[in-house]
Amino acid sequence: MEILVLLKQTFDTEAKVTVKDGRVVDDDVTLVINPYDEYAVEEALKIREAVGGTVTVLSVGPARVDEALRRALAMGADEAVAIEPPADADEYVTASLLAAWAKDRKFDLILAGNVSVDTGAGQTALRVAEALGLPHVAAALKIEIAGNTATVHRDAEGDTEIVTVPLPALITAQQGLNEPRYPSVPGIMKAKRKQIARLSPADLGVDVAPKTAVTSVYQAEQNRLNKMIAG
Amino acid sequence: MARNILVVAEVRNGAIRPVSFECIAAGREIAEGGAITAVLLGQQGVDASELIRRGADRVVVVKGDHLANYTPDGWLSALQQVYLQEKPDVVLMGHTGIGRDLLPRFAMRNAAGMISDAIAVKVEGGQVVFTRPIYAGKAYATQVVKDGLIVATIRPNNVAALEADPGRTGDVSEAEAASVHLRTVVKEVVRKATTGVDLTAAKVVVAGGRGVRSAEGFKPLYELAEVLGGAVGASRAAADAGYCDYALQIGQTGKTVTPDLYIACGISGAIQHLAGMSASKVIVAINKDPDAPIFKVADYGIVGDLFEVVPLLTREFKALLG
Ligand SMILES: Cc1cc2nc3c(=O)[nH]c(=O)nc-3n(C[C@H](O)[C@H](O)[C@H](O)COP(=O)(O)OP(=O)(O)OC[C@H]3O[C@@H](n4cnc5c(N)ncnc54)[C@H](O)[C@@H]3O)c2cc1C
Ligand SMILES: Cc1cc2nc3c(=O)[nH]c(=O)nc-3n(C[C@H](O)[C@H](O)[C@H](O)COP(=O)(O)OP(=O)(O)OC[C@H]3O[C@@H](n4cnc5c(N)ncnc54)[C@H](O)[C@@H]3O)c2cc1C
Repeated sequence: MEILVLLKQTFDTEAKVTVKDGRVVDDDVTLVINPYDEYAVEEALKIREAVGGTVTVLSVGPARVDEALRRALAMGADEAVAIEPPADADEYVTASLLAAWAKDRKFDLILAGNVSVDTGAGQTALRVAEALGLPHVAAALKIEIAGNTATVHRDAEGDTEIVTVPLPALITAQQGLNEPRYPSVPGIMKAKRKQIARLSPADLGVDVAPKTAVTSVYQAEQNRLNKMIAG
Repeated sequence: MARNILVVAEVRNGAIRPVSFECIAAGREIAEGGAITAVLLGQQGVDASELIRRGADRVVVVKGDHLANYTPDGWLSALQQVYLQEKPDVVLMGHTGIGRDLLPRFAMRNAAGMISDAIAVKVEGGQVVFTRPIYAGKAYATQVVKDGLIVATIRPNNVAALEADPGRTGDVSEAEAASVHLRTVVKEVVRKATTGVDLTAAKVVVAGGRGVRSAEGFKPLYELAEVLGGAVGASRAAADAGYCDYALQIGQTGKTVTPDLYIACGISGAIQHLAGMSASKVIVAINKDPDAPIFKVADYGIVGDLFEVVPLLTREFKALLG
């Protein structure tokens, strides 16, 4: 089974968010693999362990995403690829780049996160499925592969839907799918020696302009009464 | 500039979802004289003219047996069919389970820009400007679609729906959906939502944390939710401990809720939990630790044992409302 995981690097969920000059400041912020994408990596590894094959992780992001990709390699992924983000990339641009890379590579299964915990549009993975003409199942809580069919338990607003989908397909991970492993020491050593390929949009022949623009960013304010009532 | 708006309406438990009315109201904000068409995809057995009374100009009901259950292939094909017929400038839908699943693919199919999970929308300098929370509600961004079709999902409970106007009339027409091969097949739906009220759209949420201590401990929370017509939610610690289903989890890796009233019971107030509920209109926290961080974001804090306070609240509200 050839498996591709779409992985985004995000702010750590504890990170303090500061807005300066209309931008979220990202110096000195701890960056992690988007938690949902970590479930996707774990699931890919589990499926590979069960049926064999390879796991490739792919990310659109600046040089620092290598750190997240290297962690996925240390968890056990076979190969990692980064794509340089064009300025002001939006979900349309990001998905176009991811799809362009995946298009001719014949993956049986593409796993991704349900949503990113930072800018959180929840669009990118589903756009990739559309661009590739693949069926998708979102918010998976359980995935079983038998032959060319995946049976997926998915979270549908609190209810669980059990659906089948023919492969190749794209499936996004919901919390509860699995418990991601920690990289082992040998895994970390092995990952250190691996090359992470970096491509530009031009390498992929993709030249698309963003469809959306961010016009302002501002900090949330809290105005709470803070009235205490004796218990 | 007049904009024609298409609102994809949704039915849940036999009724049109409030967020669909909220989308119509959002459409009104930006139509500038354009028409609002609401579309129901395969969902029969509701009074479609309710959408007109809530501000739509027309309703199109798309029929097709294959649309009864949501599937991405079925609904996307039906929506695309309506889109090509109506050629609206804007397509809106609730940021619901289905809205998030359907509209990103629809946007990609039409090479369109999409704004997800907007909490407000207005016209500014001739442009449609959406506001949405980013970084789990720690910041906000305003975003626009630069040109062409505008696609957006609207977060439930944030845009006020229009009052039903019994005098409003409009055309309700039917269309037949072309048949399509469904690749994903729904085999079974295991119902878990417990109070019957959808957590993400509930006006009142009673949430329990590790302090609830067991599945049994959630009982008084269900009773309070029932009296208030609300839904029950949970922290991740409660879900991790198996006290409740993950489907109830609220927070950065769970659901986002913006009810009028959020009652946090035995929840400490970790940043990841706040991410999912800090935009609630009124927050009440019940915790036995007076220093629990949840009190910093609460409008009303009650220091005490939830197993005493929650039943007390249930009794008081029962008396008040009953
Ligand atoms: C205010 C603001 C300013 C921004 N500024 C910039 C900017 O200057 N430059 C820029 O590049 N982006 C910028 N972005 C971010 C960009 O729009 C999104 O990060 C990107 O399009 C992905 O969308 P998302 O984060 O909502 O991910 P979602 O759509 O929520 O992600 C869903 C899933 O898709 C996959 N996925 C998402 N993104 C990637 C990725 N990059 N690589 C691989 N897989 C992915 C993951 O599996 C993920 O779990 C900005 C966003 C905002 C809101
Ligand atoms: C990547 C990541 C993502 C996460 N995502 C989420 C998320 O989406 N949602 C989420 O909730 N968490 C999330 N977390 C976990 C989060 O950090 C906290 O661990 C969690 O929210 C704690 O849950 P809690 O408040 O129920 O438990 P605790 O922190 O253990 O708090 C229990 C509280 O109950 C009080 N208490 C105990 N007994 C009683 C009683 N009888 N009466 C009244 N009060 C009582 C205690 O004083 C205490 O304050 C995430 C963490 C990470 C790292």
